[in-house]
Amino acid sequence: MNVFTTILKRDLLLAIRYRAELLNPMLFFILIIILFQLGMRAKPEVLITLAPAIVWIAALLSALLSLDHMFRSDMEDGALEQMIISTQPTSLLVLAKIIAHWIITGLAVTLVGPLLGMMLGLSFDATKILFLTLLIGTPILSAIGSIGVALTVGLRRGGVILSLLVLPLFVPVLIFASQTVNTYVGGYSVAAPMSILIALLIFSLSLAPWAASAALRMSVS
Amino acid sequence: MYIWFHKLGSAPTFYKWSGLWLPWLGAICFILFAAGLYSGLVYAPADYQQGDSFRIIYMHVPAAWMSMFVYVVMAVSGAIGIIWHVKLAQIAMISSAPIGFSFTVLALVTGSIWGRPMWGTWWEWGDARLMSEALLLFLYIGVIGLSIAIEDKRKAAQAVAILSLVGLINIPIIHYSVVWLNTLHQGPTVSKFDTPSIDMRMFMPLLIMALAFKLFYVVVLLLRTRNELLWRERRSQWVKNIIQGTSND
Repeated sequence: MNVFTTILKRDLLLAIRYRAELLNPMLFFILIIILFQLGMRAKPEVLITLAPAIVWIAALLSALLSLDHMFRSDMEDGALEQMIISTQPTSLLVLAKIIAHWIITGLAVTLVGPLLGMMLGLSFDATKILFLTLLIGTPILSAIGSIGVALTVGLRRGGVILSLLVLPLFVPVLIFASQTVNTYVGGYSVAAPMSILIALLIFSLSLAPWAASAALRMSVS
Repeated sequence: MYIWFHKLGSAPTFYKWSGLWLPWLGAICFILFAAGLYSGLVYAPADYQQGDSFRIIYMHVPAAWMSMFVYVVMAVSGAIGIIWHVKLAQIAMISSAPIGFSFTVLALVTGSIWGRPMWGTWWEWGDARLMSEALLLFLYIGVIGLSIAIEDKRKAAQAVAILSLVGLINIPIIHYSVVWLNTLHQGPTVSKFDTPSIDMRMFMPLLIMALAFKLFYVVVLLLRTRNELLWRERRSQWVKNIIQGTSND
């Protein structure tokens, strides 16, 4: 457990020292939503039906934007190699990295998202549901993303292919999360899509570290 | 048995045996294709609702089945390659990706052509199986892209194996998440073998075509694998023997 907290603390400290990295995903997230607005000029009643999808697609893209940083700087200065050849299990290290990545990027999006949802015309109760889906869903993005980053970290132009690998895997999160909000707005119970979202979270957090650590060992070797 | 398996796994033996099998497999594949196409296009009765245009089913459904089957083969041979370091399994996995990609494209294109008279649209965003097939296409593109991007072949094989295993776990999740959205795809025609909801005279050609597609995949896979094998082992003696024609096979 020691290695877990050490890496978590180290990554958070690094993020605080480089504030741009901390702010970038959130600013990107807000910008995408503004761009959507400018591009559509939709009527308010149409906008409500689109709002969950817009917020979630913006969340996916901002997660994607920040994913590449997860292992790259550690790869470049050789720290990653040392972590992998250490006696600690690599999957634990990856889990710490995933959670650090979520705190740095996903948490900010989760906190800002409901506000933007409200600006897109969602009711107060609906934004609460949106907040819950973001809280449950964004860690899944970090977890699934870690596999893609681990596979491409050794490549010079890994970022291009990363989006191709990761975005199709994000689809279930997008569907269930935006469906949750839509079902709520439609006046139905959100228990079913919400529980599937939680199941996805548990599933991806427990399996992604294994896959990502196997991929990391491949990339570093 | 185990020794036989190991022998077959070695490159020169595999090359020799696959060379012997290939003409036969190709011939059977050709016969099946001819039989399936003839019985499908001529012998099978026209559909009472869709008329003759249903006959595209004999391309569409086998292609769609194969697009998923090839992904499973790819992931399983990837797992074999990762666990036992069987070089041949790695090559089979890498060679499968473009074939599966082509089957997926074929399924999408024929489905689109079929959808035009039946649904009145080339492309229906709300349809679950269409969307999951389109996403499968992107999973294939990701696999191919990754295998090209990593220059070290051994590393590429490992990376692709991990990716296709992750993809294999995700395919059902993606599929059922897309099923959630409303669908207008017709229900499965062939889900139960004892009482299929289809005339036997329509069903038999489909089965023959499915077998023909499967054999076609095997033939193309063997050809690609042999090619890749020759290229990878181009510095070894047995390849030089074959190229210079000094070998006895």
